[in-house]
Amino acid sequence: MCLAVPGRVLDIEERDGTRMATVDFGGVVKEVCLEYLPDLQVGEYAVVHVGFALQRLDEESAKRTLELFAELGMLQEEFGDAWEMAAAEAGADGAEEVRER
Amino acid sequence: MSDLDLTAWTCPAPLRDRPRVVMGHGGGGVLSAELVQQIFAPAYGGQALAQLGDAAVLSLGGARLAFSTDSFVVRPLFFPGGSIGDLAVNGTVNDLAMSGARAAYLSCGFILEEGVELEVVTRVAEALGAAARAAGVEVATGDTKVVESGHGDGIFINTAGIGLVPAGVDLRPQRVVPGDVVIVSGAVGVHGVAIMSVREGLEFGVEIESDCAALGGLVEAMLAVTPDLHVLRDPTRGGLAAALNEIAQASGTGVVVRERDVPVPPAVANACAILGLDPLYVANEGKLVAFVPREHADAVLDAMRAHPLGADAVVIGEAVDTHPGMVVARTGLGGTRVVDLPIGEQLPRIC
Amino acid sequence: MKYIDEFQDPELARRLLDDIHATVTRPWALMEVCGGQTHSIIRHGIDQLLPDEIELIHGPGCPVCVTPLEVIDKALEIASRPGVIFCSFGDMLRVPGTGRDLFQVRGEGGDVRVVYSPLDALRIARQNPDREVVFFGIGFETTAPPNAMTVHQARRHGIRNFSMLVSHVRVPPAIEAIMSSPHCRVQGFLAAGHVCSVMGVEEYPELAERFRVPIVVTGFEPLDILEGVRRTVRQLERGEHTVDNAYARAVRPEGNPAARAMLEDVFEVTDRAWRGIGVIPGSGWRLSPKYRDHDAEHRFSVEGIQTREPAECRSGEVLQGLLKPHECEAFGTLCTPRTPLGATMVSSEGACAAYYLYRRLDVPAKAGREASPVV
Repeated sequence: MCLAVPGRVLDIEERDGTRMATVDFGGVVKEVCLEYLPDLQVGEYAVVHVGFALQRLDEESAKRTLELFAELGMLQEEFGDAWEMAAAEAGADGAEEVRER
Repeated sequence: MSDLDLTAWTCPAPLRDRPRVVMGHGGGGVLSAELVQQIFAPAYGGQALAQLGDAAVLSLGGARLAFSTDSFVVRPLFFPGGSIGDLAVNGTVNDLAMSGARAAYLSCGFILEEGVELEVVTRVAEALGAAARAAGVEVATGDTKVVESGHGDGIFINTAGIGLVPAGVDLRPQRVVPGDVVIVSGAVGVHGVAIMSVREGLEFGVEIESDCAALGGLVEAMLAVTPDLHVLRDPTRGGLAAALNEIAQASGTGVVVRERDVPVPPAVANACAILGLDPLYVANEGKLVAFVPREHADAVLDAMRAHPLGADAVVIGEAVDTHPGMVVARTGLGGTRVVDLPIGEQLPRIC
Repeated sequence: MKYIDEFQDPELARRLLDDIHATVTRPWALMEVCGGQTHSIIRHGIDQLLPDEIELIHGPGCPVCVTPLEVIDKALEIASRPGVIFCSFGDMLRVPGTGRDLFQVRGEGGDVRVVYSPLDALRIARQNPDREVVFFGIGFETTAPPNAMTVHQARRHGIRNFSMLVSHVRVPPAIEAIMSSPHCRVQGFLAAGHVCSVMGVEEYPELAERFRVPIVVTGFEPLDILEGVRRTVRQLERGEHTVDNAYARAVRPEGNPAARAMLEDVFEVTDRAWRGIGVIPGSGWRLSPKYRDHDAEHRFSVEGIQTREPAECRSGEVLQGLLKPHECEAFGTLCTPRTPLGATMVSSEGACAAYYLYRRLDVPAKAGREASPVV
């Protein structure tokens, strides 16, 4: 159900009253409908499924996630619980963690 | 529960459980193989067809002759990097090359649909002629038929070719033994992605051109190192996965592929990521895969890399004595997956 | 591709795996809900790298597998009609209906076309005003907004020859149904990331609390899946059961409000039969009355179709984790990937197809492992 891939917006135009973008997926370019992300800007990344941009890709969050993975072993060796540490660091951002309560 | 021995499994269901031909019968996978094994081979009889290779190797008047035919129904007729004319020559030339033969003569049959512009026919014929000259093969005989409008798709072409197999060369999957090194001559999936990028309903922009090329020269360079190559295949329909599965099944050895070593250009990988396809199953038209005795592997690889069509040749795996008849990939993460023979045509998926 | 390649890095995968191995102390059964995640797990061989204690149960999140037989038969009927151009995602062409599939309809002269996007089907409708163009609108919450927008545009632009055969399904009612089953063995869920990109995570805290089960929103690349497993196991080992977002780069808590608003407008919630599982209350979407003119079921009057599942096929029990694929009498004999009786043998990540492949290999037996019944 969920084959969606991140692409970068190259340009945006209105076509037949529909907001469409040209999106680059690492050298593969496709037309993508932006109606669900009307404020997406050129240069931003979005997750695209069957020709529709469904969610803005948060580049900062992606970077933090990868940093967390990279620190996993090291933190554990030095301080013990990697996840607790990293979660505490990232905890300020509500998007990073949506705990129940 | 029951202990099923699935390695020896053959499907009892007759092909005729599908009463009509479906597209998958032409996809180069399981359905294609069944069509040949269950209908054509029994009906024709004869020994040569039993080889079921890309080309038949026949004895005629003291010479060993390679003989092959192929039909071309590509849509669109012109695509980035080539046309149906290029494919018609190179497809048959490459089938011959996979038996070690240099193509000498081609026949060429055109089936034209009523209403096709002669300008289009001219462009295809010119492309075909140019490809033949480039491959060093002569179009010696031909035929043309026209079908009513709506009964064809513009232009279909059939070519057949013959060539001589050099003495001492014996390329067949049955010669593969565990320990053989698997070499691919360059980037995979390029032709299939180039075609898909211009196919109606899938169109996408990509700076990639079909790898369509005649491989006779590359094969000669390889055989100059040693005539003792075990098997060659050009992984066209069904891609690398289909070619490796055919070899594994015909040889009764297993094949292991290290996925990280398979050369997949980013544009191919990314187009496949969008469409949900596996690059191992995407068609090539100017690549070959070789099973080479380990002691010759380095020298053959060097010879390939010295040839323009083999510059990116690389070892991707080996034949093994475990899991006979199966192709297994070691994934980038160190896991394992089975690379099965495709059933029919590969389709874009959403899931 | 940026934001895909980085999340396949073998070194980072090793770190995540090390952490999982260090954390787990006893057996846990996790379900990845989405078929796309199952595909990724098999494609990368992830399940073989996890500790033996962790069992991944492949969930019913593959639209190909769960689209009810009745709807497939309706599709086959409509696609067979003269003058119809039937457009579908490629996945659906091989799914067996009663006795045949869409490939065979095409072989019999039906005009069946594979499209990448529902908007392609709408374009075909504009280009062929004298033909009836029907799109097969299947999928979960990820695919529903594109289909909803397409119907909305057809109505707005008055493209009267376009209609959609809708059989959408929703994840949260399925999770509820799975957890309510007396046979349920699932102890933690990897929730489908792209479903949550659209819907957000608001539906999950109540489920996590009621069933006392961790639900971790998980992406699709190998590192994403490992991180989803890692966070789920960590919760299980601590006796926690919260909703956690391990796919924050593509999932906001509120989802995509514009898409959710369109879903509200175009669809209405309905009970939906899941193939092999049965009717799950409130688990589907159908077109709302406002869009009736573009409803293919209405336009082609295909009610009252007689369906027949092969009696030998027990894919329903397999999908629910009550039967291992090889325990089915038809497995490997009547039913193979080449001649599938049920949807679970159709796609390579279907439970039966995966089991078929890996039984032959017989080394990494875990790869095809399915839920087994509680005895």
